[in-house]
Amino acid sequence: MKVAITSTGNKEDSTIDQRFGRCAYLVIYDTVSKSVEYIPNPGKDAEEDAGPVCIQLAASRNVIKIISGEFGIKIKALLDSMKVQMIMLKDPDIKINEIIEMLNH
Amino acid sequence: MSPRIKRIRKVLNPPPIKGFKPYGPETNNTQNEPVVLLYEEYEALRLCDYDMYNHYYASGIMNVSRPTFTRIYASARQKVARAFVEGRQIAIEGGKVYFDSDWYHCEKCHCDFNNPAKELQVEMCPLCGSKEVKDYDYTYEIEENTENRPFDTCICPNCGFEQPHKSGKPCRQEECPKCHSRMMRK
Ligand SMILES: [Zn+2]
Ligand SMILES: [Zn+2]
Repeated sequence: MKVAITSTGNKEDSTIDQRFGRCAYLVIYDTVSKSVEYIPNPGKDAEEDAGPVCIQLAASRNVIKIISGEFGIKIKALLDSMKVQMIMLKDPDIKINEIIEMLNH
Repeated sequence: MSPRIKRIRKVLNPPPIKGFKPYGPETNNTQNEPVVLLYEEYEALRLCDYDMYNHYYASGIMNVSRPTFTRIYASARQKVARAFVEGRQIAIEGGKVYFDSDWYHCEKCHCDFNNPAKELQVEMCPLCGSKEVKDYDYTYEIEENTENRPFDTCICPNCGFEQPHKSGKPCRQEECPKCHSRMMRK
């Protein structure tokens, strides 16, 4: 199962990016193989429609869950219709490796 | 008394604004607490008085019973009237209500998550695996959205100890430093 996490950087001790659409990186974590992939978000500096770009990126990796700080109204509706689970974690200090550890509960 | 609704409902049209401010010479009195219009109250007004649906149809759109709808609608009108007559601000409670699936809150890692597989019951947190999961509660929204209001005080229902409300954190998660009871909004 693949999970996407929005990240401020491309290291395992980077912190979660609270923004979904304009996150710096998308971390794709595979809970089975334990592989971690850091993908720069092409929509990072987009004026608008950053969310859909990021969703497309996540969808291309077949993720079934996305962890971020907050999702916009339109993003929520979109992800809901795609049956992708949204997890909102309002803790800007939490690190990617800590989230991965939580996922391995 | 406004009806307290726990479940998050399907909502189609989020309010375009956060609220209204009165204007005029007598309106500088910031001591007046704003009237908080709950999201469902806003929606009831919109459906009945803007889109002109009848109560039967509107209750169907909001997915509530007719009597419940009538209560929500009456409460909405009462609040708007109160704001007009007393010159109070109206704050529209918004937030995580604009979509279809049900939302939950994990008591352990404090994440909020939805359940896209409606047919399956939520048994644990998808992030940390904790079973301390409960239905997402509107009062979280209200507490988050009242951050900048003048009446941000938490009180201990047991010993009466008061402290400023910490923004973004529900009072019920706070422990009274004196007697360790759960705090609540004053
Ligand atoms: Zn949890
Ligand atoms: Zn106390």
